Amino acid sequence: MNETPLLEVEDLRVSFATPNGPVEVVKGLSFTLGREERLGIVGESGSGKSMTGRSILRLIRAPGKQTAKTLRFDGLDLMAQGNRQMRKVRGARISMIMQDPKFSLNPVMTIGEQIAEALRVHERLPRRDLRARVIEMLTSVRINDPGRVARMYPHEVSGGMGQRVMIAMMLIPRPQLLIADEPTSALDVSVQAQVLDLIEELVTGNGMGLILISHDLNLVARYCDRILVMNGGEVVEACAAQRLHEASHPYTRGLLAAQPRMEETRDELPVLDRSGGAGT
Amino acid sequence: MSPRDWLLDDSPATLTQANLGRAWRMTTALLRNPLAVAGILIVLLLLATALFAPWIAPESPVGQNLRTRLLPPSAEHWMGTDELGRDIFSRVVYGSRITLMIVALVAVISAPLGLIIGAVAGYFGGWVDRVLMGVTDIFLSLPKLILALAFVAALGPGIENAIIAIAITAWPAYARIARAETLTFRNSEYIQAVRLVGGSHARIIFRHVLPLCTSSMIVRVTLDMAGIILTAAGLGFLGLGAQPPLPEWGAMISRGRTFILDQWWVATMPGFAIILVSLGFCFLGDGLRDVLDPKQGSEK
Amino acid sequence: MTIPAISLKDVDISYGDTRVVRDVSFDVALGESFALVGESGSGKSTVLKAIAGLAPEWTGEISVLGKSRGHGMDRAFSENCQMVFQDPYASLHPRKTIDTVLNEPLAIHGIGRRSEKVIEMLAAVGLDRRFRFRFPHQLSGGQRQRVAIARALMLEPRVMLLDEPTSALDVSVQAEILNLLKRLRREQGLTYLMVTHNLPVVSFMCDRMAVMNKGRIVEIAPKTALYDGGFADPYSRELYAASGGNPGAEPDMVAPATKDPA
Repeated sequence: MNETPLLEVEDLRVSFATPNGPVEVVKGLSFTLGREERLGIVGESGSGKSMTGRSILRLIRAPGKQTAKTLRFDGLDLMAQGNRQMRKVRGARISMIMQDPKFSLNPVMTIGEQIAEALRVHERLPRRDLRARVIEMLTSVRINDPGRVARMYPHEVSGGMGQRVMIAMMLIPRPQLLIADEPTSALDVSVQAQVLDLIEELVTGNGMGLILISHDLNLVARYCDRILVMNGGEVVEACAAQRLHEASHPYTRGLLAAQPRMEETRDELPVLDRSGGAGT
Repeated sequence: MSPRDWLLDDSPATLTQANLGRAWRMTTALLRNPLAVAGILIVLLLLATALFAPWIAPESPVGQNLRTRLLPPSAEHWMGTDELGRDIFSRVVYGSRITLMIVALVAVISAPLGLIIGAVAGYFGGWVDRVLMGVTDIFLSLPKLILALAFVAALGPGIENAIIAIAITAWPAYARIARAETLTFRNSEYIQAVRLVGGSHARIIFRHVLPLCTSSMIVRVTLDMAGIILTAAGLGFLGLGAQPPLPEWGAMISRGRTFILDQWWVATMPGFAIILVSLGFCFLGDGLRDVLDPKQGSEK
Repeated sequence: MTIPAISLKDVDISYGDTRVVRDVSFDVALGESFALVGESGSGKSTVLKAIAGLAPEWTGEISVLGKSRGHGMDRAFSENCQMVFQDPYASLHPRKTIDTVLNEPLAIHGIGRRSEKVIEMLAAVGLDRRFRFRFPHQLSGGQRQRVAIARALMLEPRVMLLDEPTSALDVSVQAEILNLLKRLRREQGLTYLMVTHNLPVVSFMCDRMAVMNKGRIVEIAPKTALYDGGFADPYSRELYAASGGNPGAEPDMVAPATKDPA
């Protein structure tokens, strides 16, 4: 049973209808994700990386359309599921963390209520157990004084704590796969590391799979086992994280070189060769 | 290069071409919406009717003929005749001129007034905002028709005074909208950038703030046209607007009220005209909103 | 001694009743590139706004090119000192063409030969002439930021305030904009005061930096501190470590093997 991969994706395509005909933003993506594997998807804006994450949960809204030869999660064919069945998968078995906690949390519900809500949708529990689970979860995302935080509203907590609350909310139904889409780009550097360490710890501790979507090559290299580099809706490079510096594709190498370094001695940063030469 | 390609050129060569291209894109977007097209047609119909009234109307709108009073609609009198034997169709056609004049004058007076007051209040904030919005709130808190009635009562009945009264009651709503819009971008970086290069407050308000408010204002005014027409008709109906024998639609309904049970067409025909024109402006306003919405404009 | 390009002495800045910046003093030499680094809420952007005149409630002394700065806007100041904002999507008026945006500073200051100047400036920031009459929504983020830089340079200022000019951009576009800023500084002898949270960008762009935490400057360090982690203050060291700096360790893991410029 454990031989089958957690997620199989074959020939995934996402396209949007525009007045000038359909535009494909994901062009035939294929990959598999093993159990307890951590996969990083890296790309710049417009590379289709976020659309890939959303399409796994079938969250592409009209006028977008997605097709796939295979989209199988733990033996379940996601493309064949109806809306109701997908809702049972989302949150309960596959969770997603978005970029900015400010937009993902309901401003008029306390944090405790929201986390409890996330659990209640998928499980029936008596009130007291529910509360205990919420406190336990908040503790596990390293929030001091979880009882007090559970009674707070989203605007009363900092960005880093908000993102930890999001993680608690996403992980409380104990999903098998976590998709994190730029989970830390709205946060300060010192908080970034804490949040990512936390995600890493919870993912490995619970035997979950992780798909980390980011624009930051170094960050993904640090927290993932395998990396897909996307550009223009296609994977241009797939490699093991520790072999990233041996990347062969010019795009990947260009991205690596374009990043300023802490010990910068170059007088000019190399830029990606863009045909057209109009400058971006 | 065809004119269409020239308009849609991604890299316009002159400012005129850029502006025309944008106008063209908006027009085509507007024409894709069937309700907006219906609205445009109705408004165009109103304009044409007002312009060519003497040629369209078969009879004089004021010429009485007591032998032909209260005739039902027929081939000769499409909408019948009223209690003084005047052809209702002719009166409705001439009435479009009055309606159009009311609508245009009210829009010209109250929209810019509201726009400037709102933008100034929103941009400066502080006590300027409190004073201007206090005045606005006083006007807003009084029912529109009552306020208009009071003005007309003070100034005396007549079409000009009705227009002034409606204009005075219409601007506060525009001031509110303009202020709300201004607040959303008064601290934006593009406004700060103009301040940084030394732009004066007047320049910022007139060159940068107002252009961003105008699109929502155009939409709002268009949608309000229906209300303006109805208020004018209401004043006419109460005998405080246009005075006889002017063929104002509201006044015509008011006169027809006496015969509504036996000669229904006298009140109904101008009523149809009011409904049609109001509907036309509503459709047009809705369509314009989809096209001019600032969010769509900036992100395409 | 020559006069500094920017000089702050005991500057306190507050919003309403809350004081967000305390006791900030530093000098930026003429032609220098100086960074203010720190995390969100450290007050670094507020300092920049105060210098630009966009945060009116401050006390202390701010002078630019030897001239002490008042609290309001003044024209003479705007000819000496300009600012580039963080978000290229919010810093251009959505209804104005690039041409209008670049013309405006010239019109305000009554400068002639506008058309030629706009064309020259577009070339200087690496934008094709085709872009001149486009609207902002027809441009990418990097192109917009080039326009914003061009707008700031129209009055030929000698001091530029840069508020996180690349943090909203992709890595590859960031490299282009950083190269552009560096080249412009070299060609026109500009002085930069740059706010950023990104230490590698400081390493590439700046000569010195002031580290800010909770409204105060905790340390002013030379750029070389980034090479060896030679920071004195514990907070600076923490920030340095969180940004991926590891003094004495092997070269950065993902540094490309070799990069030949040819």
